[in-house]
Amino acid sequence: MLRLVIRRLLQLIPTLLGLSVLLFVWLNRLPGGPASAILGERATEAEVARINKLLGLDQPLYIQYGRFLKRIAELDLGTSTQTGQPVWDEFTLRFPATVELSIAAMIIAIAVGIPLGYLAARHRGGWLDLGSVTGSLIGICIPVFFLALILKGIFAVEMGIFPTTGRQSTDINATDITGFAVLDGLITGEFDASWDALVHLVLPAVTLASIPLAVIVRMTRASVLEVVGEDYVRTAESKGLERKVVRGRHIMRNALLPVVTAVGLLTGSLLSGAVLTESVFTFGGIGSFIRTAISERDYPVLVGFIMFIALIYVLINLLVDLAYSLIDPRVRVH
Amino acid sequence: MTTSTKAAKIERLAELTAQNETSSGASLWREAFRRLKTSKMAIIGGVVIAAFIVMAVVGPWVAPHSPKALTWKDEVFLNRGEFVGPRGENWFGLDHLGRDMFSRFLVGARQTLLVGVVSMLIGLIIGAVIGVVSGAAATLGGAAGRRVDTVVMRITDIMLALPSLLLAASIAAVMGQSLTTVMIAVGVVQIPIFARLLRGSMLAQGSKDYVLAAKSLGIRKRRIVVTQILPNSLSPVIVQATLSLATAIIEAAALSYLGLGNPDPSVPEWGVMLSQAQRFFDNAPMMAVYPAVGIIITALGFTLLGEAMREALDPKLRG
Amino acid sequence: MRILKSRGARMATAAVAATLVVTACGSDRDKGDEGKDGGKDTFVFAGAGDPASLDPALASDGESFRVTRQAFEALLEHEPGGSKLVGGLAEKWSSNPEGTVWTFNLRQGVKFHDGEAFNAAAVCANYDHWFNWTGTYQSSAVSYYWQAIMDGYAKNEDKELKPSNYKSCTAKDDNTAVIEVNKASAQLPGGFSLNALAIHSPKSIKEMEKQEATAKGDAITYPKYSQEAGILAGTGPYKYVKWNKGDKQVEMTRFDDYWGEKAKVKNLVIKTIDTEDGRRQALQAGDIDGYDLVAPADVKTLEDAGYEVPTRDVFNLLYLGMTQSKNKALQKPEVRQAIAHAVDRENLVKTQLPEGGKVATQFMPDTVAGYTDKVKKYEFDTAKAKSLLKGAGESKLKVDFCYPTEVSRPYMPNPQDIFELVKNDLEKAGITVTPKPMTWAPDYLDATEAGSCALHLLGWTGDFNDGYNFIGTWFAGKDKQWGFDDKKVFDAVNAGAEEPDATKRVADYEAANVAIMDFLPGLPLSSSPPGIAFGKNVNPPKVSPLTQENFAEVSFK
Repeated sequence: MLRLVIRRLLQLIPTLLGLSVLLFVWLNRLPGGPASAILGERATEAEVARINKLLGLDQPLYIQYGRFLKRIAELDLGTSTQTGQPVWDEFTLRFPATVELSIAAMIIAIAVGIPLGYLAARHRGGWLDLGSVTGSLIGICIPVFFLALILKGIFAVEMGIFPTTGRQSTDINATDITGFAVLDGLITGEFDASWDALVHLVLPAVTLASIPLAVIVRMTRASVLEVVGEDYVRTAESKGLERKVVRGRHIMRNALLPVVTAVGLLTGSLLSGAVLTESVFTFGGIGSFIRTAISERDYPVLVGFIMFIALIYVLINLLVDLAYSLIDPRVRVH
Repeated sequence: MTTSTKAAKIERLAELTAQNETSSGASLWREAFRRLKTSKMAIIGGVVIAAFIVMAVVGPWVAPHSPKALTWKDEVFLNRGEFVGPRGENWFGLDHLGRDMFSRFLVGARQTLLVGVVSMLIGLIIGAVIGVVSGAAATLGGAAGRRVDTVVMRITDIMLALPSLLLAASIAAVMGQSLTTVMIAVGVVQIPIFARLLRGSMLAQGSKDYVLAAKSLGIRKRRIVVTQILPNSLSPVIVQATLSLATAIIEAAALSYLGLGNPDPSVPEWGVMLSQAQRFFDNAPMMAVYPAVGIIITALGFTLLGEAMREALDPKLRG
Repeated sequence: MRILKSRGARMATAAVAATLVVTACGSDRDKGDEGKDGGKDTFVFAGAGDPASLDPALASDGESFRVTRQAFEALLEHEPGGSKLVGGLAEKWSSNPEGTVWTFNLRQGVKFHDGEAFNAAAVCANYDHWFNWTGTYQSSAVSYYWQAIMDGYAKNEDKELKPSNYKSCTAKDDNTAVIEVNKASAQLPGGFSLNALAIHSPKSIKEMEKQEATAKGDAITYPKYSQEAGILAGTGPYKYVKWNKGDKQVEMTRFDDYWGEKAKVKNLVIKTIDTEDGRRQALQAGDIDGYDLVAPADVKTLEDAGYEVPTRDVFNLLYLGMTQSKNKALQKPEVRQAIAHAVDRENLVKTQLPEGGKVATQFMPDTVAGYTDKVKKYEFDTAKAKSLLKGAGESKLKVDFCYPTEVSRPYMPNPQDIFELVKNDLEKAGITVTPKPMTWAPDYLDATEAGSCALHLLGWTGDFNDGYNFIGTWFAGKDKQWGFDDKKVFDAVNAGAEEPDATKRVADYEAANVAIMDFLPGLPLSSSPPGIAFGKNVNPPKVSPLTQENFAEVSFK
């Protein structure tokens, strides 16, 4: 297992290097520069030229490329043109929020999705099955930002149950330790802060959960249906084994395998949803930051983020492989 | 001796293709189509898609008003939050600049379908080429082939890993904002999916006996791919293409929401209409609801049909 | 209900129940913003973007100044709710007839947030600090306003910088500061009122000088002190507590030793919500107590629902820019006039722009001294536009039209809608328009500034009440954005630039406006007040045409 981990980590290096070359080429095909982004209406030709000179953007490409590579090698992701602060700092500042949101969304998706999928399969053709299949289809087909707008309109604006924006109420002076607002409150004993953060988390998390929930319901349902048809389950059931045992030992263990893969892949795709969800709810995480980076052409942030995602993706895949070998001894990796 | 072994091989291949004829090929399709006809999902999906396509084709001709002209611009007062709802002349009311919403909705169907189909085709064609090359290299190309396969798959992996919106936005950033950009951006997101799918199904087919037999017979690799493997790999691709149409339509709407959609806002397209209307969600919610419902129903139609096809083709999912 | 027997179903039921519990508890959630005395003690205001820096000297955008204005004060200020210059940290001010020596009689008993006393030495420490900036601080990305007012530095490191107009600052006595400049300038005394030139505590300046702004990679990094509360200390009614970047908010608290009337609400939070509907919904849901840049469509809705939606006076200008070098047809005066006649500006103002908006007849709003009725006006007349085009031999005119997406500016709440209306009008006059949408920054700004957009929408919000602040921005000399060279226009505009006498200056600006509108380099479209809204229980501050609201005036009903 250790060898697998090391091999996967080594594979990372050429991948990231190749990616950096692609990214540099991409960067240099882009129009515009940071100067006018900073100055707005107040940018004049001379000012822009001066700033470009200051930043070395007037130098030949190969020198710029060299500097770019050097920075990447030093794990320096550059400076955000939006905020004038190091990209890495901006990421670490906002990452916990997105992780917290993603975890919450995944908990909702798994906690609701797997039981629902199982039940739908066991009661195939019934109203629960029909309802969950229809629901999951709609969950996939509704544009995330539209769902977010509707949820916000109903539960936050009309009913006033949940807040419309942010991670915390402005007046809660929560101590910041880990950056995970809910966890911080538990650590410091500021339970009201935890609760406040949790309340802020509900609508964004439900929105973000919509797609993974839909996928998990359907995966679980299909997977359970397949397993239920297998001989060993029928044998087990005909042997008169208790329902609970059959479900736990025979059905779920086997049916969960593809679901685990899906959960792994979905975690990566959550970030796409987070860009939309966080911007509708002005949730201060990576997603809303990336959304502004997209619309303000904050290239250092986009480039850094792409490198970052590539890294995370490889790590998640690694974890999925490890999870595989834990759930199913047959797939022990050598 | 050489003659007799060769003959034996041909005999064996004949047997295999004969066996194959019953389990796959035309009869499989016929069987699948028969099942499809009885599937409720397929029927609903099919009807929705048919309605959508009819609307996309005839919409621009039957639209009662110009979808672009600001005909009633004096009647909508944005700054007072005064919008015009449905009335005799304008069945869906007016939009924020005094255009007929019903006409925009009808004409918008065509744009939406266009974006969906073109971007799906971009993903399908490029993805298929990559997948076939990679899959063929892996099954028939020996050690060097496997290495090519690894490299290609590593690249598609990264593409798959990037949030699709970010990928699309990056492309839009380089290419500037245009309808073509939207289609390419949404299409590129689909490339790795099709590539992986085709490669996977080719790998599965590649280890089947009839391919091994053809290979050992010394039949040219390209011919094996074209005549044997590819036709048998097609069914999952068709399923994925149908599902991709749904994704493409939703993805295009998300791009519009991020301000990377069709550059000319006067050209009606559901995604653009929806993202424009969200500003007035409070005053004129129906302005957002029409295009949103259009998008959801259409995406649902493609998803239903795609899922039904998947079930029909996959014996395991039949209950 | 056979189904409930299985454990899975129980789990699902539990999940539903849990959701209900959360919902139920959420509904009677303690809003938590009740102060000890029972009244609200935190005022939350939402802007549209994050500030760039908490040090106003390094900022050049409205979102930053909205925040810094609460904590810092300049020598001069504008009267609350108006654009007239009044005393700020200086009670009185005067200049010699040549406009080169400015004497300020300072307010007494003023304290900085860090306990230091305010005096003439402190004023000079600030001006000398800016004058002696080196390195990246000399980039206009960092010190835009110093350059705009004083041109350059003690030692210019870039030969493209103009020599500094700033000469010296002397503390004549504790309460009298004298600032000398080399030549009279239209930027003074207005420039002394800029929040960018607000006075910091000399102690904090010593700390600041230890830190550098750096240019690395693709961007300029602001010095650390400007990104957090701590070193910074001004004299304003609020002082910084924390800049919570993750939650996009700057937290401030009342400065109890403030020299004037103390802030009525103890805590002030200014946060960022980047969409118009996001801000509106947050106000409706009670998450915030006020917000800026209200969408015109929401004004009526909010008013009807009982929210406070005061109207600002106009102090900005939106124009349809024309780049003559980009499209040769635009070099013909008839074509420019045809475009002017083709656009239905009345309808634009009537249907799209916020209440209080006006059709613009010249390149400054009517609130600025120098505005005149004597300019040539171009009324809406499609037939006349067509005949002018025909006369110029341009009946088949094709033109590129750039517009920004995803942005809302104080003078232009909805660029895309304005673009569509103008495009529709131009098409009616037979002009073929090619839309070119771009994101605001940097694409659109780059393109317009480089002159690659034949037609485009841009505007300006005034910094202080001086005509040159408007027309000087565009027509002081050859500019790629406009792509024309007309000495008559340039001379008329520059006549007022170095005129020390205020009355003469106004006359010069009036003449310049007439010259500009005769030449018609572009079409002024409108002046419209950016909307601002407050909660039902808020006594709003006096709203300012310069968008310089002072939140210390806010109280709860």
